[in-house]
Amino acid sequence: MTDPLLEVRGLSRRFAAVDALKDVNFTVAAGEVHALIGPNGAGKTTFIHHLSGALFPDAGKIHFNGSEITRLRMHQRVRAGMARSWQITNVFLGLSALDNVALAVQGRPDAGTSFRFWRPVDREARLFEEARTFLEQVGLGERSGRLAGELSHGEQRALELAMALATRPQLLLLDEPMAGTGPEESARMVELIEHLARHVTILLVEHDMDAVFRLADRISVLVNGQLICTGTPDAVRNDAGVRRAYLGDHL
Amino acid sequence: MAFYRPARWQQTAALVVLAALLALPSLLDVLDQSYYIGFATRVLIFALAASSLNLVLGFGGMVSLGHAAFFGVGAYVAAICQQAGLGEGLLVLPLAMAVAGLFALAVGAVSLRTRGVYFIMITLAFAQMTYYLFVSASLWGGEDGLPVYERLRLGGISLAGDAALFFVVLGALTVTMLLFSRLAQARFGRTIQAIRENETRMEALGYPVLRYRLACFAIGGAVAGLAGALLANLSGLASPNLLQWTQSGTLLVMVIIGGVGYLWGGVVGAVVLLLLEEILLAWFAHWHIVLGLLLLAVVLFAPKGVAALFGRRDD
Amino acid sequence: MTQLFLEQALNGLQFGLMLFLLAAGLTLVFGIMDCINLAHGSLYMVGAYFVAAAAQAADSFWLGLGAGVAGTALLGLLLELSLFRQLYRRDHLAQVLATFALILIANESVRLIWGPAPLLLNPPESLAGPVEIAGFFYPAYRLVIIACGLVVAGLLYLLVAKSRIGMWVRAGAANREMTEALGINVRALFTAVFVFGAGLCALAGGLLGPLLAVQVGMGESVLILAFVVIIIGGIGSIRGALVGALIVGTVDTLGRALLPTLLRATLPADAAATLGPALASILIYLLMAGILFFKPQGLFPARA
Repeated sequence: MTDPLLEVRGLSRRFAAVDALKDVNFTVAAGEVHALIGPNGAGKTTFIHHLSGALFPDAGKIHFNGSEITRLRMHQRVRAGMARSWQITNVFLGLSALDNVALAVQGRPDAGTSFRFWRPVDREARLFEEARTFLEQVGLGERSGRLAGELSHGEQRALELAMALATRPQLLLLDEPMAGTGPEESARMVELIEHLARHVTILLVEHDMDAVFRLADRISVLVNGQLICTGTPDAVRNDAGVRRAYLGDHL
Repeated sequence: MAFYRPARWQQTAALVVLAALLALPSLLDVLDQSYYIGFATRVLIFALAASSLNLVLGFGGMVSLGHAAFFGVGAYVAAICQQAGLGEGLLVLPLAMAVAGLFALAVGAVSLRTRGVYFIMITLAFAQMTYYLFVSASLWGGEDGLPVYERLRLGGISLAGDAALFFVVLGALTVTMLLFSRLAQARFGRTIQAIRENETRMEALGYPVLRYRLACFAIGGAVAGLAGALLANLSGLASPNLLQWTQSGTLLVMVIIGGVGYLWGGVVGAVVLLLLEEILLAWFAHWHIVLGLLLLAVVLFAPKGVAALFGRRDD
Repeated sequence: MTQLFLEQALNGLQFGLMLFLLAAGLTLVFGIMDCINLAHGSLYMVGAYFVAAAAQAADSFWLGLGAGVAGTALLGLLLELSLFRQLYRRDHLAQVLATFALILIANESVRLIWGPAPLLLNPPESLAGPVEIAGFFYPAYRLVIIACGLVVAGLLYLLVAKSRIGMWVRAGAANREMTEALGINVRALFTAVFVFGAGLCALAGGLLGPLLAVQVGMGESVLILAFVVIIIGGIGSIRGALVGALIVGTVDTLGRALLPTLLRATLPADAAATLGPALASILIYLLMAGILFFKPQGLFPARA
């Protein structure tokens, strides 16, 4: 097997007297959709925050794409090829959908510096041409001129995906992309993620088990800050420990 | 808050006002009211200083209560140069901007590590430190300040006449507003406004947020330094009072009255506040009570400022 | 030299304790309500004026002090109910503007009522002279200030660390939403803290009145020192306020007294004469910058 794209070794973090994460070992292989599940309060969001650089661990190491990123700041990790979405929608409501994605394109190192003071950004056609392709990928091509604040909730979630994609990540961290979406929007989001998975490695944190079992190549289960099991959906479904700790009351 | 987009009617209005201002010195001369040229110059200088704060506060989203420090440093740089016999504006003014900008860079490097209430207090504390430094610097006149005996020359032309200084200040303000308007629409402006709206999101798009914030803070400081240098030439004095934190408060009041984050907010605010002062002071010596009550009314009833009454920024 | 040092150290302690009275109320307002209050210094000034005016009227310093503190607390109550309640929910910019407006109103009103000249406030006659401690003389009144400061600091510590109200206050500073969720009447708590802070301001203003001039603008310079104290100590922490206040008080006082002498010993005379006062006046700000660099949350952060 080749080296994993993301490798986490011995990651631990305490908050006051609580072990939020305890000696977590975890890998994501290039090309897979890896889902992270666990009951509420298991430490999933804390874990994602450590991967994205919003929090730093007490112990342990994180390797990404062959180099260590444990102490890198969030923007440096993004530049190394890791993008994330949030549980809550996090787009610029006062900008159009296209402007939002163009802003993401603009932030990429190969798009050049943003220390440009004279030329209006609206005239930088290349940013917008590229942004349009990402909007089309998530099915928002028709809505590009709308203010993000006027989009539906599901559309805003899709827009957020387009922004994450526009950073050209190798790994996409999706933190509950279905949160707050209706059944119809959910179905569309699953399709969208399936489509994206052909181009990019995905780490998916999600409560919607139907979506998880449909999308994931491998699933890891986090309970009380500890990783209790990693395996294929079938293996996880049949794992006794998982059933006892978590899935028992869901499946 | 919305993102800045240029509005055509504002550009037209600005051109009309600019034309009127170009005619102002001759007009006042005819009316035998030359005293008001000095007043008009003062208003424009404060418009410049308030606009520089508006860049930091309104566009960059940084509530700085120490902006007067950069204003005052600019004034002192000019006064020190001019006392030493260096009177060429093409040298002195950029130098004042550079020193004030570098100082802002240093202050920002420490204070931008913090957020919210902390940031407000720290910028205030650094400004007060600068104030005390100049008050106790006997070399530069201490509490009395440093006089400017002879105004700058610009490309060899003396600015001793009030009209000449007025035109230079008007030119500086015009160029600055043009630059700010472009900057706000360019990549840099888009970036700092987006950071104002959602810092974490921008970091998650790969932007080194601190660097852009710091640049914005330093540019604001440099332009404030330019305003300070011009004010020292108008009033003939670089006084430590320019650095006092109440001065920062006054600039802040101007920006808020004019409209935080509206391109013309600083200009409108400076004009409104200084006109109010000129009118009310003649009528009631304790006009600060009136001003204070007005400000409370603005906070409670018109939170978006006066400019907001004229139209939305994203028209 | 030893005597100078001891005397200045006592002065520093006294100054530090008074700063603590100011910073204690302020740090709680910042910490619990996440509200910036620039007008805290104005309460100190108005408090000093109230004490001076009441002391003149009653011809007694202590009666004046009591009446002034009560009057300022009442003013604080009115301000909290009429204005600050609405400000807690607003952004920091609105809070800055509104409290800056209060400063303008307070300064100008004081000038209108009492005129531009400083007001005289005499210490009680029995305390006017010096006393002898360990072979040197020290003003009795300053010793009383130190004693008052220590007593109030002790009481405040007991109140915040041991009492139920203090527990709520600490909980509020650490996590406001959680405290509200626990059903504690946060509104009343806010009001109580604000009024208490106003009273402490007046106490400090009244006690310092005989040493400094009671005049317009006295609040602003002290306000910024209180800010430095809070930045050093950490927002919302009473312990941080005490430690910060003592650090600022002693470093500032000793710096001003000793630094010029030290510099004269090491530098040429004219360089020392220019550098000494300048360096002494910015010493605490340099200290603040240094602490911030290593601990951006201050020495005792209330929020984890």
